[in-house]
Amino acid sequence: MHWASLTDFAEMGGHALYVWGAYLVLFGALAWELVLLLHRRRRALDDARQHALLFGPDPDSAQNVPNR
Amino acid sequence: MAVRACRLLSQGLQSPLLLRAVNTATTASPQVSRDRRREVDGASLQSLFALAGGVIPWFAVAAALFAAASMTVGLVFAPTDVQQGEARRIVFVHLPAAWISLLIFFAMALCAVLGLLLGRRMASMLATALAPTGALMGFVALWTGAMWARPVLGSWWGQSGLAFELLLLLLLYFAFIAQQAAATEDPRRADRNGALIVLAGAVNLPIFHFALQWWSTFEQGQLDGLMRLTVSAGSLDLACVLLMVLAACAYSVAAALHRFRSIVLEREKASDWVRHQVGAA
Repeated sequence: MHWASLTDFAEMGGHALYVWGAYLVLFGALAWELVLLLHRRRRALDDARQHALLFGPDPDSAQNVPNR
Repeated sequence: MAVRACRLLSQGLQSPLLLRAVNTATTASPQVSRDRRREVDGASLQSLFALAGGVIPWFAVAAALFAAASMTVGLVFAPTDVQQGEARRIVFVHLPAAWISLLIFFAMALCAVLGLLLGRRMASMLATALAPTGALMGFVALWTGAMWARPVLGSWWGQSGLAFELLLLLLLYFAFIAQQAAATEDPRRADRNGALIVLAGAVNLPIFHFALQWWSTFEQGQLDGLMRLTVSAGSLDLACVLLMVLAACAYSVAAALHRFRSIVLEREKASDWVRHQVGAA
Protein backbone atom coordinates (compact mmCIF):
# COMPACT_ATOMS: atom_id res chain seq x y z
CA MET A 1 0.00 0.00 0.00
CA HIS A 2 1.42 3.33 -1.10
CA TRP A 3 -0.89 5.70 0.81
CA ALA A 4 -0.78 6.60 4.47
CA SER A 5 -4.43 7.64 4.72
CA LEU A 6 -7.60 8.00 2.70
CA THR A 7 -7.21 11.80 2.64
CA ASP A 8 -3.75 11.33 1.20
CA PHE A 9 -5.24 9.17 -1.50
CA ALA A 10 -7.95 11.70 -2.31
CA GLU A 11 -5.51 14.61 -2.49
CA MET A 12 -3.13 12.83 -4.87
CA GLY A 13 -0.17 14.89 -3.76
CA GLY A 14 -1.87 18.13 -4.84
CA HIS A 15 -2.77 16.78 -8.29
CA ALA A 16 -6.28 15.64 -7.31
CA LEU A 17 -7.95 17.83 -9.95
CA TYR A 18 -5.93 16.31 -12.77
CA VAL A 19 -5.86 12.69 -11.67
CA TRP A 20 -9.52 12.48 -10.70
CA GLY A 21 -10.48 14.70 -13.62
CA ALA A 22 -8.90 12.16 -15.96
CA TYR A 23 -10.52 9.12 -14.34
CA LEU A 24 -13.92 10.80 -13.97
CA VAL A 25 -14.09 11.71 -17.66
CA LEU A 26 -12.97 8.20 -18.60
CA PHE A 27 -15.84 6.63 -16.68
CA GLY A 28 -18.29 9.31 -17.76
CA ALA A 29 -17.44 8.55 -21.38
CA LEU A 30 -17.86 4.80 -20.84
CA ALA A 31 -21.23 5.31 -19.12
CA TRP A 32 -22.36 7.54 -21.96
CA GLU A 33 -21.45 4.92 -24.53
CA LEU A 34 -23.31 2.28 -22.54
CA VAL A 35 -26.46 4.44 -22.59
CA LEU A 36 -26.10 5.01 -26.34
CA LEU A 37 -25.58 1.29 -27.00
CA LEU A 38 -28.67 0.24 -25.04
CA HIS A 39 -30.75 3.00 -26.61
CA ARG A 40 -29.70 1.96 -30.11
CA ARG A 41 -30.53 -1.69 -29.49
CA ARG A 42 -33.94 -0.77 -28.05
CA ARG A 43 -34.72 1.31 -31.13
CA ALA A 44 -33.42 -1.31 -33.57
CA LEU A 45 -35.48 -4.05 -31.92
CA ASP A 46 -38.64 -1.93 -31.90
CA ASP A 47 -38.09 -1.04 -35.55
CA ALA A 48 -37.55 -4.64 -36.58
CA ARG A 49 -40.68 -5.77 -34.69
CA GLN A 50 -42.71 -3.02 -36.32
CA HIS A 51 -41.41 -4.09 -39.71
CA ALA A 52 -42.33 -7.73 -39.04
CA LEU A 53 -45.84 -6.66 -38.01
CA LEU A 54 -46.36 -4.43 -41.05
CA PHE A 55 -44.91 -6.64 -43.75
CA GLY A 56 -46.26 -10.00 -42.78
CA PRO A 57 -45.43 -12.51 -40.13
CA ASP A 58 -42.40 -14.66 -39.85
CA PRO A 59 -42.32 -16.96 -42.91
CA ASP A 60 -42.03 -20.13 -40.83
CA SER A 61 -45.28 -19.52 -39.00
CA ALA A 62 -47.23 -19.66 -42.30
CA GLN A 63 -46.28 -23.31 -42.62
CA ASN A 64 -47.02 -24.09 -39.02
CA VAL A 65 -50.57 -22.80 -39.08
CA PRO A 66 -52.92 -25.09 -41.07
CA ASN A 67 -55.78 -23.77 -43.29
CA ARG A 68 -54.25 -20.42 -43.79
CA MET B 1 -25.56 22.25 -41.21
CA ALA B 2 -23.31 19.43 -40.06
CA VAL B 3 -25.28 17.00 -42.18
CA ARG B 4 -24.90 19.25 -45.21
CA ALA B 5 -21.16 19.51 -44.66
CA CYS B 6 -20.98 15.72 -44.56
CA ARG B 7 -22.98 15.41 -47.77
CA LEU B 8 -20.48 17.73 -49.43
CA LEU B 9 -17.64 15.69 -48.04
CA SER B 10 -19.12 12.46 -49.28
CA GLN B 11 -19.77 14.00 -52.70
CA GLY B 12 -16.16 15.08 -52.83
CA LEU B 13 -15.13 11.50 -52.20
CA GLN B 14 -17.15 10.30 -55.15
CA SER B 15 -14.56 11.24 -57.70
CA PRO B 16 -15.23 9.32 -60.94
CA LEU B 17 -11.88 7.58 -60.92
CA LEU B 18 -12.20 6.26 -57.38
CA LEU B 19 -15.80 5.26 -57.94
CA ARG B 20 -14.96 3.34 -61.09
CA ALA B 21 -12.15 1.49 -59.31
CA VAL B 22 -14.41 0.60 -56.42
CA ASN B 23 -17.28 -0.38 -58.68
CA THR B 24 -15.20 -2.75 -60.75
CA ALA B 25 -13.88 -4.26 -57.54
CA THR B 26 -17.34 -4.85 -56.10
CA THR B 27 -19.58 -5.55 -59.08
CA ALA B 28 -17.41 -7.10 -61.73
CA SER B 29 -18.71 -10.63 -61.19
CA PRO B 30 -21.87 -11.84 -62.93
CA GLN B 31 -25.34 -11.60 -61.42
CA VAL B 32 -25.57 -15.23 -60.36
CA SER B 33 -22.47 -15.21 -58.27
CA ARG B 34 -23.54 -11.90 -56.72
CA ASP B 35 -26.79 -13.44 -55.54
CA ARG B 36 -24.93 -16.42 -54.24
CA ARG B 37 -22.50 -14.15 -52.45
CA ARG B 38 -25.36 -12.23 -50.88
CA GLU B 39 -26.82 -15.48 -49.60
CA VAL B 40 -23.51 -16.55 -48.04
CA ASP B 41 -23.16 -13.04 -46.63
CA GLY B 42 -26.58 -13.25 -45.00
CA ALA B 43 -25.73 -16.61 -43.46
CA SER B 44 -22.46 -15.31 -42.03
CA LEU B 45 -24.26 -12.24 -40.65
CA GLN B 46 -26.73 -14.50 -38.92
CA SER B 47 -24.05 -16.69 -37.37
CA LEU B 48 -21.95 -13.75 -36.16
CA PHE B 49 -25.12 -12.16 -34.75
CA ALA B 50 -25.75 -15.28 -32.67
CA LEU B 51 -22.09 -15.73 -31.70
CA ALA B 52 -21.82 -12.08 -30.61
CA GLY B 53 -24.87 -12.45 -28.39
CA GLY B 54 -23.13 -15.30 -26.59
CA VAL B 55 -19.68 -13.77 -26.09
CA ILE B 56 -20.53 -10.14 -25.21
CA PRO B 57 -21.09 -10.84 -21.46
CA TRP B 58 -17.76 -12.66 -21.21
CA PHE B 59 -15.83 -9.81 -22.79
CA ALA B 60 -17.65 -7.30 -20.58
CA VAL B 61 -16.79 -9.22 -17.40
CA ALA B 62 -13.17 -9.64 -18.53
CA ALA B 63 -12.94 -5.90 -19.20
CA ALA B 64 -14.29 -5.05 -15.75
CA LEU B 65 -11.88 -7.45 -14.01
CA PHE B 66 -8.80 -6.29 -15.92
CA ALA B 67 -9.69 -2.63 -15.37
CA ALA B 68 -10.25 -3.19 -11.65
CA ALA B 69 -6.91 -4.98 -11.35
CA SER B 70 -5.07 -2.30 -13.32
CA MET B 71 -6.59 0.56 -11.32
CA THR B 72 -5.84 -1.14 -8.01
CA VAL B 73 -2.20 -1.43 -9.02
CA GLY B 74 -2.01 2.02 -10.63
CA LEU B 75 -3.87 4.06 -8.05
CA VAL B 76 -3.16 2.21 -4.80
CA PHE B 77 0.15 0.36 -5.07
CA ALA B 78 2.31 2.15 -7.66
CA PRO B 79 4.90 4.46 -6.06
CA THR B 80 5.02 8.21 -6.70
CA ASP B 81 7.11 9.18 -9.69
CA VAL B 82 10.16 11.27 -8.83
CA GLN B 83 9.69 13.75 -11.70
CA GLN B 84 5.96 13.67 -12.35
CA GLY B 85 4.51 13.11 -8.90
CA GLU B 86 1.05 11.60 -8.69
CA ALA B 87 0.17 12.87 -12.18
CA ARG B 88 2.09 9.85 -13.40
CA ARG B 89 -1.00 7.79 -12.57
CA ILE B 90 -2.82 9.45 -15.48
CA VAL B 91 -0.38 7.87 -17.92
CA PHE B 92 -1.72 4.46 -16.88
CA VAL B 93 -5.04 5.23 -18.58
CA HIS B 94 -3.75 7.64 -21.22
CA LEU B 95 -1.43 5.21 -22.97
CA PRO B 96 -3.95 2.33 -23.23
CA ALA B 97 -6.64 4.70 -24.51
CA ALA B 98 -4.33 6.13 -27.17
CA TRP B 99 -3.09 2.71 -28.27
CA ILE B 100 -6.52 1.15 -28.43
CA SER B 101 -7.85 4.11 -30.39
CA LEU B 102 -5.13 3.59 -33.00
CA LEU B 103 -5.62 -0.18 -32.95
CA ILE B 104 -9.35 0.19 -33.58
CA PHE B 105 -8.64 2.54 -36.46
CA PHE B 106 -6.38 0.01 -38.15
CA ALA B 107 -8.87 -2.77 -37.45
CA MET B 108 -11.46 -0.59 -39.22
CA ALA B 109 -9.08 -0.14 -42.14
CA LEU B 110 -8.69 -3.91 -42.40
CA CYS B 111 -12.47 -4.36 -42.33
CA ALA B 112 -12.86 -1.61 -44.91
CA VAL B 113 -10.43 -3.29 -47.30
CA LEU B 114 -12.23 -6.61 -46.91
CA GLY B 115 -15.59 -4.89 -47.37
CA LEU B 116 -14.42 -3.12 -50.53
CA LEU B 117 -12.59 -5.99 -52.16
CA LEU B 118 -14.88 -8.87 -51.27
CA GLY B 119 -18.13 -6.92 -51.19
CA ARG B 120 -18.83 -8.40 -47.79
CA ARG B 121 -21.42 -6.43 -45.86
CA MET B 122 -20.32 -8.01 -42.61
CA ALA B 123 -16.87 -6.40 -42.80
CA SER B 124 -18.34 -2.96 -43.45
CA MET B 125 -20.83 -3.36 -40.62
CA LEU B 126 -18.00 -4.30 -38.26
CA ALA B 127 -16.09 -1.18 -39.29
CA THR B 128 -19.19 0.92 -38.62
CA ALA B 129 -19.68 -0.77 -35.26
CA LEU B 130 -16.07 -0.10 -34.22
CA ALA B 131 -16.00 3.60 -35.10
CA PRO B 132 -17.82 5.18 -32.13
CA THR B 133 -15.81 3.15 -29.61
CA GLY B 134 -12.59 4.18 -31.34
CA ALA B 135 -13.64 7.81 -31.32
CA LEU B 136 -14.51 7.59 -27.63
CA MET B 137 -11.08 6.13 -26.84
CA GLY B 138 -9.45 8.86 -28.92
CA PHE B 139 -11.33 11.51 -26.97
CA VAL B 140 -10.37 9.92 -23.63
CA ALA B 141 -6.73 9.80 -24.77
CA LEU B 142 -6.75 13.51 -25.70
CA TRP B 143 -8.43 14.48 -22.45
CA THR B 144 -6.19 12.42 -20.19
CA GLY B 145 -3.19 13.66 -22.20
CA ALA B 146 -4.16 17.24 -21.38
CA MET B 147 -4.74 16.34 -17.73
CA TRP B 148 -1.25 14.87 -17.58
CA ALA B 149 0.50 17.61 -19.55
CA ARG B 150 -0.81 20.51 -17.45
CA PRO B 151 0.88 19.62 -14.14
CA VAL B 152 3.92 17.90 -15.69
CA LEU B 153 4.79 20.13 -18.66
CA GLY B 154 2.92 23.28 -17.70
CA SER B 155 0.59 23.40 -20.69
CA TRP B 156 -2.63 21.60 -21.55
CA TRP B 157 -1.63 20.80 -25.08
CA GLY B 158 1.83 19.42 -24.34
CA GLN B 159 4.70 20.34 -26.62
CA SER B 160 4.68 17.46 -28.95
CA GLY B 161 3.19 16.29 -32.21
CA LEU B 162 1.57 13.40 -30.38
CA ALA B 163 -1.40 15.55 -29.42
CA PHE B 164 -1.80 16.62 -33.05
CA GLU B 165 -1.73 12.99 -34.10
CA LEU B 166 -4.48 12.12 -31.64
CA LEU B 167 -6.51 15.08 -32.82
CA LEU B 168 -6.11 14.03 -36.44
CA LEU B 169 -7.19 10.51 -35.53
CA LEU B 170 -10.25 11.86 -33.73
CA LEU B 171 -11.17 14.02 -36.74
CA LEU B 172 -10.90 10.98 -39.02
CA TYR B 173 -13.26 9.10 -36.72
CA PHE B 174 -15.69 12.04 -36.80
CA ALA B 175 -15.54 12.19 -40.60
CA PHE B 176 -16.32 8.47 -40.80
CA ILE B 177 -19.20 8.61 -38.32
CA ALA B 178 -20.67 11.80 -39.77
CA GLN B 179 -20.76 10.54 -43.34
CA GLN B 180 -22.40 7.32 -42.16
CA ALA B 181 -25.03 9.39 -40.37
CA ALA B 182 -25.56 11.54 -43.48
CA ALA B 183 -26.09 8.59 -45.85
CA THR B 184 -28.53 6.43 -43.91
CA GLU B 185 -30.76 5.98 -46.96
CA ASP B 186 -27.99 4.21 -48.84
CA PRO B 187 -25.89 2.06 -46.45
CA ARG B 188 -23.79 0.55 -49.23
CA ARG B 189 -22.66 3.97 -50.39
CA ALA B 190 -21.98 4.95 -46.80
CA ASP B 191 -19.84 1.83 -46.41
CA ARG B 192 -17.88 2.65 -49.53
CA ASN B 193 -17.29 6.29 -48.61
CA GLY B 194 -16.41 5.27 -45.07
CA ALA B 195 -13.91 2.75 -46.36
CA LEU B 196 -12.22 5.46 -48.44
CA ILE B 197 -11.95 7.77 -45.41
CA VAL B 198 -10.45 5.02 -43.24
CA LEU B 199 -8.04 3.95 -45.95
CA ALA B 200 -6.89 7.51 -46.53
CA GLY B 201 -6.35 7.82 -42.80
CA ALA B 202 -4.56 4.51 -42.47
CA VAL B 203 -2.10 5.60 -45.17
CA ASN B 204 -1.66 9.11 -43.82
CA LEU B 205 -1.35 8.51 -40.08
CA PRO B 206 2.00 6.67 -40.27
CA ILE B 207 3.35 9.30 -42.70
CA PHE B 208 2.25 12.07 -40.32
CA HIS B 209 3.78 10.23 -37.38
CA PHE B 210 7.19 9.74 -38.96
CA ALA B 211 7.23 13.20 -40.49
CA LEU B 212 6.74 14.63 -37.01
CA GLN B 213 9.45 12.44 -35.57
CA TRP B 214 12.01 13.34 -38.20
CA TRP B 215 11.36 17.01 -38.75
CA SER B 216 9.83 18.12 -35.51
CA THR B 217 11.28 21.18 -33.82
CA PHE B 218 9.40 20.35 -30.62
CA GLU B 219 11.13 18.81 -27.65
CA GLN B 220 9.93 15.43 -28.69
CA GLY B 221 12.72 13.48 -27.05
CA GLN B 222 12.10 14.98 -23.65
CA LEU B 223 8.39 14.23 -23.78
CA ASP B 224 8.87 10.71 -25.05
CA GLY B 225 11.20 10.11 -22.14
CA LEU B 226 8.60 11.29 -19.64
CA MET B 227 5.84 9.15 -21.11
CA ARG B 228 8.02 6.09 -21.41
CA LEU B 229 7.25 3.14 -19.19
CA THR B 230 9.85 1.98 -16.74
CA VAL B 231 10.49 -1.62 -17.55
CA SER B 232 12.50 -3.10 -14.73
CA ALA B 233 12.13 -5.64 -11.97
CA GLY B 234 9.73 -4.36 -9.33
CA SER B 235 8.32 -1.64 -11.57
CA LEU B 236 4.54 -1.66 -11.64
CA ASP B 237 4.25 0.61 -14.71
CA LEU B 238 4.23 -2.08 -17.30
CA ALA B 239 1.91 -4.47 -15.45
CA CYS B 240 -0.56 -1.66 -14.87
CA VAL B 241 -0.60 -0.49 -18.48
CA LEU B 242 -0.75 -3.99 -19.92
CA LEU B 243 -3.71 -4.88 -17.70
CA MET B 244 -5.49 -1.72 -18.84
CA VAL B 245 -4.72 -2.51 -22.49
CA LEU B 246 -6.32 -5.94 -22.01
CA ALA B 247 -9.33 -4.28 -20.36
CA ALA B 248 -9.64 -1.78 -23.22
CA CYS B 249 -9.41 -4.55 -25.82
CA ALA B 250 -12.09 -6.63 -24.11
CA TYR B 251 -14.30 -3.59 -23.64
CA SER B 252 -13.94 -2.54 -27.28
CA VAL B 253 -14.83 -6.02 -28.52
CA ALA B 254 -17.91 -6.13 -26.28
CA ALA B 255 -19.08 -2.63 -27.26
CA ALA B 256 -18.44 -3.12 -30.98
CA LEU B 257 -20.20 -6.48 -31.07
CA HIS B 258 -23.16 -5.02 -29.19
CA ARG B 259 -23.37 -2.20 -31.73
CA PHE B 260 -22.87 -4.69 -34.57
CA ARG B 261 -25.99 -6.56 -33.44
CA SER B 262 -28.04 -3.35 -33.53
CA ILE B 263 -26.70 -2.51 -36.98
CA VAL B 264 -27.63 -5.97 -38.28
CA LEU B 265 -31.16 -5.54 -36.92
CA GLU B 266 -31.40 -2.10 -38.54
CA ARG B 267 -30.16 -3.15 -41.96
CA GLU B 268 -31.51 -6.69 -42.21
CA LYS B 269 -34.95 -6.20 -40.72
CA ALA B 270 -36.53 -7.29 -44.03
CA SER B 271 -34.76 -10.66 -44.03
CA ASP B 272 -36.54 -13.84 -43.01
CA TRP B 273 -34.23 -14.72 -40.17
CA VAL B 274 -34.44 -11.30 -38.48
CA ARG B 275 -38.24 -11.42 -38.67
CA HIS B 276 -38.07 -14.87 -37.14
CA GLN B 277 -35.65 -13.64 -34.49
CA VAL B 278 -37.67 -10.62 -33.34
CA GLY B 279 -40.93 -12.52 -33.65
CA ALA B 280 -39.63 -15.26 -31.35
CA ALA B 281 -38.21 -12.81 -28.82
